[in-house]
Amino acid sequence: MWPPEVATNPFPIHRKIKMYTKKSTPWLYLAPALTLLGFFLIYPSFHTLYLSFFDKGSNVFVGAGNYIYAFTNRVMLTAFRNNALWVVVFSAITVFLGLVLAVLLDRVRYEVIIKSIIFMPMAISFVGASVIWKFVYAFRPAGAPQIGILNALLQTFHLPPVAWLIERPWVNNLCLILVGIWVWTGFCLVVLSASYKSIPRQFLEAARVDGANEWRIFWRVILPLLVPTITVLTTTMAVFVLKVFDIIYVMTNGNFGTEVIANRMYKEMFQFGNFGRSSAIAVVLLVLVLPMMLLNLHRFKREEK
Amino acid sequence: MAKVLLKGVSKEFGKVIAVKDFTLDIKDGEFIILVGPSGCGKTTTLRTIAGLEEASAGEIYIGDKLVNDVPPKNRDIAMVFQNYALYPHMNVYKNMSFGLRLRKVPKPEINKIVRRTADLLGIGELLDRKPKELSGGQRQRVALGRAIVRDPRVFLFDEPLSNLDAKLRIAMRAELLDLHQRLKTTTIYVTHDQLEAMTMGDRIVIMNEGVIQQVDTPQVVYDHPVNRYVAGFIGSPSMNFLSPTIVKENGNFYAADKDYKLKIPGDKAKLLKDYVDKEVVLGVRPEHIDTKATKRDHDPGGVFSASIWVVETLGSEKLVHIRSGEKYTLIARLDPHADIKTGETVEFVANMNLSHVFDKETEEIVF
Repeated sequence: MWPPEVATNPFPIHRKIKMYTKKSTPWLYLAPALTLLGFFLIYPSFHTLYLSFFDKGSNVFVGAGNYIYAFTNRVMLTAFRNNALWVVVFSAITVFLGLVLAVLLDRVRYEVIIKSIIFMPMAISFVGASVIWKFVYAFRPAGAPQIGILNALLQTFHLPPVAWLIERPWVNNLCLILVGIWVWTGFCLVVLSASYKSIPRQFLEAARVDGANEWRIFWRVILPLLVPTITVLTTTMAVFVLKVFDIIYVMTNGNFGTEVIANRMYKEMFQFGNFGRSSAIAVVLLVLVLPMMLLNLHRFKREEK
Repeated sequence: MAKVLLKGVSKEFGKVIAVKDFTLDIKDGEFIILVGPSGCGKTTTLRTIAGLEEASAGEIYIGDKLVNDVPPKNRDIAMVFQNYALYPHMNVYKNMSFGLRLRKVPKPEINKIVRRTADLLGIGELLDRKPKELSGGQRQRVALGRAIVRDPRVFLFDEPLSNLDAKLRIAMRAELLDLHQRLKTTTIYVTHDQLEAMTMGDRIVIMNEGVIQQVDTPQVVYDHPVNRYVAGFIGSPSMNFLSPTIVKENGNFYAADKDYKLKIPGDKAKLLKDYVDKEVVLGVRPEHIDTKATKRDHDPGGVFSASIWVVETLGSEKLVHIRSGEKYTLIARLDPHADIKTGETVEFVANMNLSHVFDKETEEIVF
């Protein structure tokens, strides 16, 4: 007989269990990851928030005291200014250089070799890079033999030596940012180069036949097609550099007006043993990173559609 | 509009010779087709005319101007690419007007031209859409529109219909022809589809391994192929090739093999006097083979018998694969109502007046 008779389940409770397991299965698989995240990310975050309202030894409730400190203390204000400088200058220059190099190197014969050389600093840790650049920036008073290459060059041209890491506020901060740029430009170059190469050549050829010169092709065809990559890269760089720590810690330890938020947090915690202040600074840092994370999440969601 | 002249153009990629000594005079307003299998150099030739590839040797003229050293943007040509190459970040309007905007044409003028062209192509409603929101056929029209709005001197088409489904392809073929009749712009069209070449071209250029084989109107190429390659490439199903030996008996010439002996008509026989007792290639088109029973006024010299192997019924005709022994398989195009059955042995007749003989060594045509 067609259609066949559908057997009705004589035990409705079984059906209920079945439905229940269907709904719970995904959660079952997610559980281990969620548990780990809960223990190592969510719980510590809230605990940090909790600690930030207490004093040095986490005993006395101080209300917003630590936050008032974080937003009024002179060194903290310098740190905020420097972090802003890092975010703007570092993100802009790494991405810009990466883009320019990606497009130019595509026309060069030994592209792979040059790309490898530019990418190489990525293999060095920030600490290692900082040590290298500390030598580059090394300063001896005028008249003494210079061991840093920059000052040695100046000396060759009979110019007075510059205290690269002490001259505040622009010279030393920009010198520190330069180290970060040196390390990370290669990364931006590789990402943008891959994205650039994935643009079908026919778009460029069509534009060429349409009457565009190379400059116009870059602005009207290539750049618009790279915008998604540039956005992701810029926000990633910005989030990353908001948390910058190693370079400052190794090269100046935040002296001479080069303090940054993460280094301040470290000092409050491990040098001054002030859990309250350190936690408050950590929370501030987290809040600063959040909008950019949300922006990226929003983008991912849109792209998934 | 302009004529295009290629003089001894060659293109080498390292050691590979893609195009060799290509000489062709394309008349103003002509619709010319470059056809050949993939890798035959037809697209390279087109890209060389566009300026996207630099010719290794030879001269290219568009109009009266030597353009070898002129960049693509100054050649006043428009190209339609195989996968359309529509700018994905621009909507249809922006895509179509891109070339005009680069040339700083006044905005109202651009607006007028784009809308007129869009209406001509039936895409007036789609101007705000992005390419990814369009179907294949619509993208094809936008790509065409982008080429047309510029009113270039030459259109270059690189397999523009190959990404469309069969039905749409036939419709677009007619539309392209209609468009060409209206615009009368010199058109160079590359395809690997011999049917497209036959139906669309004023003249077709058949290429193989970078070398021009034959340039002529579709009918001449079909009726008088210059060599075995062209004979086999043009026509579907393709020409049947046999390898008989020429024998002379009582002053008559025959193309003979173990299973058949076909008489060469008198006027053509004299061309074969150097081939006596030599193997040649005999070419017979499927429509020139018929059953003896249906062909009343047949030429008795062309009769041979063979067994029917496979019958393809197409409705408008029957394609019959016939075999004699194990040695050869021929395809005959028969009347759809021909009364034949698989496995039968039937007497067939080949129209020897319309058959061709090719030299076995050089593969050039004898007649």
